[in-house]
Amino acid sequence: MLRFILQKLALIVPTIIGITIASFAFIRLLPGDPILAMAGQHGVTPERYEILKEQFGFNLPIWQQYFNYVAGILQGNFGVSLATKRPVIDEFLTLFPATVELALFAMLIAVALGIPAGIFAAIKRGSWFDQITMGVALTGYSMPIFWWGLLLIIFFSGYLGWTPVSGRISLSFFFPRVTGFMLIDSLIAGKPDAFISALRHLILPAVVLGTIPLAVIARQTRSAMLEVLGEDYVRTARAKGLEPNRVVGVHAFRNALIPVVTTIGLQIGLLMAGAILTETIFSWPGIGKWMIDSISKRDYVSVQSGLLLIALIVMAVNLIVDILYAVINPRIRVQ
Amino acid sequence: MKLMRTLLAATALVAVMGGSAYAKQLVFCSEASPAHFDPGPTTGGNDFDASSRTIYDRLVEFEHGGTAVVPGLAESWEISADGLEYTFKLRPGVKFHTTSYFTPTRDLNADDVIFSFERQWKQDNPWYQYLEGLSWDYFQGMDMPKFLKSVEKIDDLTVKITLNEPNAPMLANLGMDFASIVSKEYADQLAASGNLADFANKPVGTGAFTFVDYQTDAVIRYAAFADYWRGKVALDDLIFAITTDPAVRAQKLKAGECDIMSYPAPADIEGLKADTNLTVLEQEGLNIGYMSYNTTVAPMDNVNVRKALSMAINKQALVDAVYQGAGQPAKNLIPPTMWSYDDKIVDTPFDPEGAKKLLEEAGVSGLTLDLWAMPVSRPYNPNAQRAAEMIQADWAAVGVTANIVTYEWTEYRERGKAKDRPGAFQIGWTGDNGDPDNFFATLFSCSAIGVSNYSSWCNEDFEKAIQDAKKVSDPAERTALYTKAQEIFKAEEPALTMAHSKVFMPMSKRVVGYTMDPLGIHRFDNVDVTE
Repeated sequence: MLRFILQKLALIVPTIIGITIASFAFIRLLPGDPILAMAGQHGVTPERYEILKEQFGFNLPIWQQYFNYVAGILQGNFGVSLATKRPVIDEFLTLFPATVELALFAMLIAVALGIPAGIFAAIKRGSWFDQITMGVALTGYSMPIFWWGLLLIIFFSGYLGWTPVSGRISLSFFFPRVTGFMLIDSLIAGKPDAFISALRHLILPAVVLGTIPLAVIARQTRSAMLEVLGEDYVRTARAKGLEPNRVVGVHAFRNALIPVVTTIGLQIGLLMAGAILTETIFSWPGIGKWMIDSISKRDYVSVQSGLLLIALIVMAVNLIVDILYAVINPRIRVQ
Repeated sequence: MKLMRTLLAATALVAVMGGSAYAKQLVFCSEASPAHFDPGPTTGGNDFDASSRTIYDRLVEFEHGGTAVVPGLAESWEISADGLEYTFKLRPGVKFHTTSYFTPTRDLNADDVIFSFERQWKQDNPWYQYLEGLSWDYFQGMDMPKFLKSVEKIDDLTVKITLNEPNAPMLANLGMDFASIVSKEYADQLAASGNLADFANKPVGTGAFTFVDYQTDAVIRYAAFADYWRGKVALDDLIFAITTDPAVRAQKLKAGECDIMSYPAPADIEGLKADTNLTVLEQEGLNIGYMSYNTTVAPMDNVNVRKALSMAINKQALVDAVYQGAGQPAKNLIPPTMWSYDDKIVDTPFDPEGAKKLLEEAGVSGLTLDLWAMPVSRPYNPNAQRAAEMIQADWAAVGVTANIVTYEWTEYRERGKAKDRPGAFQIGWTGDNGDPDNFFATLFSCSAIGVSNYSSWCNEDFEKAIQDAKKVSDPAERTALYTKAQEIFKAEEPALTMAHSKVFMPMSKRVVGYTMDPLGIHRFDNVDVTE
C-alpha cells in the first residue's frame, strides 16, 4: 500500500511542474496588461508605464519571471495580489472555505440523489422511471449553469420567495469568523437561526453547482449497476434464493460502487470549474469568483498562484480518491 | 493574536448589535469588491464608494448632487492673486474615528493634511510604498507632481499649498477621492508596530461612517460616526452587500434583500420601474461617448472629410438603438449639466447628400477606413459593436467602406492612442471632478497626444483657450474661454460627439433623501430610511 501511495506521489511532481508552467503562461497569453488594467481611465504615460513595469518586475526576461515565481513558491511565498496588495495565500485561505462549503453541499445533493436514482433506473431498466430519470439527467448534464442559476433565482427567490436571492447568510447576522464555514461558525456563535439562514442561502447555489455532477453520477451508477447485475455472481446470488434487496444492495451495489467512486473523485475538478459560474451568479465569496475577478483585472500574481493552489487541492483530492479506490478494490494495489 | 482578533470582532459586534434594537439600517447592493480601503492608490468607483465617500473627507467637497466645490475639512480658503498659493483654514474640533484598533488622542490638524499629500508624492516618504506594488494612479493622472511645489504648515489649523504654475481646476482636484485626508497619528502608530498594511484594511477617517467589518467579496459593514463634525447622520448602520451580477442585484432589490442598488442592466429598468415598492431615480451622467478621427492621417487630416463622415451618420437613430432610451445626442464634448456648456452650438446636421458633396469636393472617392469598436460596455457607450454596425451602414450609403476592428480592452486603448492609428475610434469619458478642464484638456490638449487624445488633434486656438482657462480663476472668464473652445471644436470636428448617457438608481420606497451624484459616486451621508 505504501508503495502504491509513493508511486502516485512520484507522478504528482511532474504534474505540479507542468501546472506552474501552464498557470504562469495562461494569464500572460491572454491579451491585456495588468498595469493598464489597474490605471483606470486616465491611463499612464509611457515613462510612468516603464517605471511601474520595473516596480512589478515585468521588465525582466520571461524565464526569469517564471524562475522568481517558482523560487517564491518553494519558499512558501505565493506572491502579493496586484489588485488588493494582500498576500495571495491569505486571500485564498479567506475565500476557500466558502467554496468548500458550497462544493461539499453540492456533492452531497448529487450523491444523495444521483446514486439512488441510478440504482432504481438500473433495476427498472426500460421503465418510465428509467426513461424519465435518464432524460432529466441528460438535460441536467447539458444545462448552461449561468442560465440555470438565474432561472432558479427568478422562480424560487423572486416569484415564490422561498429562498434568498444571493449571499451566504442574512445580513442581520454578524458573528466572528472562526473556521470560515458559515454553517459551523453560526453554531459556534450559538445562533441556530443563523445556521438556518446559512442553510437556506446554500440551497440554490448548491443545487445549481450539483446539477451536472448529479447527472453524471446518476448515469454512471445506472450503467455500472447494469453491468454488475448481468454478472454471474449476481445470477448465482439470485439462484441461491437471496432476497432481491440483498442482491442489489450488497452483492451488486458494492461492486458497482468502484467506478462510481472514481467518477465522484473526477467531479471535484468539474466542481471547481462550476464554482466559477455559480459563485459569480450567487455573489458567493469563494475562490471561483475570485479567479474570475483576478483574470478580468489581469492580476497575474493572483491568477498564477490561485490556479496552482486550486490544482494542488484537486490533485490532493484525487490522490485520496485513488487511495480509497485501492482500499475498496485490492486488485488495483497489485497492478 | 487570533484570540485577540476574535475578541475585538466580538466587541465590535456587541457595539453594533447592542444599539441595533431600533437601528436604522440601509443595505446597498454594490457592484464590486473594493481592492482595499485606502482611496489614495485605488482607481475604481466601487473602491471610492467603499472608502473615500463613507469613511473619509477632503479639504473641499462637491455639493450633494452637483459639482460645485463647497467647504469640507477646510472651512475657508484664499487663493493668491497670481493663482499660485492656496491657503486653507482647517475646521477646528474635527475628530477621527475611534475604532477597536485605534483611539485618536488629538483632532485633525495640518500634519494630517501634509501627510495625506506627501505619502502620494514624495518617494522618500516611508508610506510611498507601504504596500507591495503600490502606485498612486490618480495623483499621477491629475498631474499633481507637476503642479505641486509645496504643502506647508502655517499653524496647526492652516495649510498652504503652493503651485509651480496657476491651475484653476486645482480646487476641484482637491475634492476628488485620491485627495482624502487620512490620519497621521494612526499612520505613526502603525509604523511603530510594523503593521503598515493595516492602513489599507482597517481604515480610520473623519467621515460620516466608521468602518466595522469587511468579509472579503461579500459584505462591508459601517456604523454611523457619533462625533462626525457635521453631526451624526440619520442612518445607524450602512451595509454594502457586494453583488456582481446586475440581474441578481435587481432580484435582491425586489426581494427586499437590499434597499438600493447601483448600475441596473438596461434590460431590467422597465421591470424595476413597474414595481410599486421601488423608485427609480435617473440623471444625466457627467460623461460623453465619442468617436475620434485621427486628424493626422489622410484623408481625415482634411476637416471637410471629417465633417462629411459625421454628416453621414444618423445620430438620433444611433443613440436610440445603442443607448435604448438612456442617452441624449451630444452636440458638445461636455454634458449640458456642466457649467460653461454652450447651448448655442449647432450640431453637425444629418445630411447624407451634403456629405457626398463634401467628399467629392475634397477629391475623396472609394474611401476605406477602420472603424474601432470597444469590446466592453461602458455607461458612455453601452454597445459599441452595435454603434459600429450602424455607422458602417450609414457610411456605406455615402460610398465609404468601414472595416470594424476591435481588441481586448487595454489593448484597444493602447493601440488607439498611437499617433498614427488609422481610422475612427470609439471611446468615451466620465468626469472626475466636474471641471470642464477635466474634459477639454484631458481629452484634446496637445500634450495628451499619445496618452488620451485619440484624435492626435493639436489646434493652436483651441489649445490657447483651454490653457488660458486654467490660469484664470474667475468663472465668467473661464466660461468665455470654454465657450470659444466649444466653437472651435465644432468647427474642426476632431471627433463625432455621440451621446451623454443617463444613469439609473433603483431603490426601495423606504429610502428617503438619496440624491444622485453627477460624478457617479454613491454617498449615503444624507440618506434616511422609514420603518
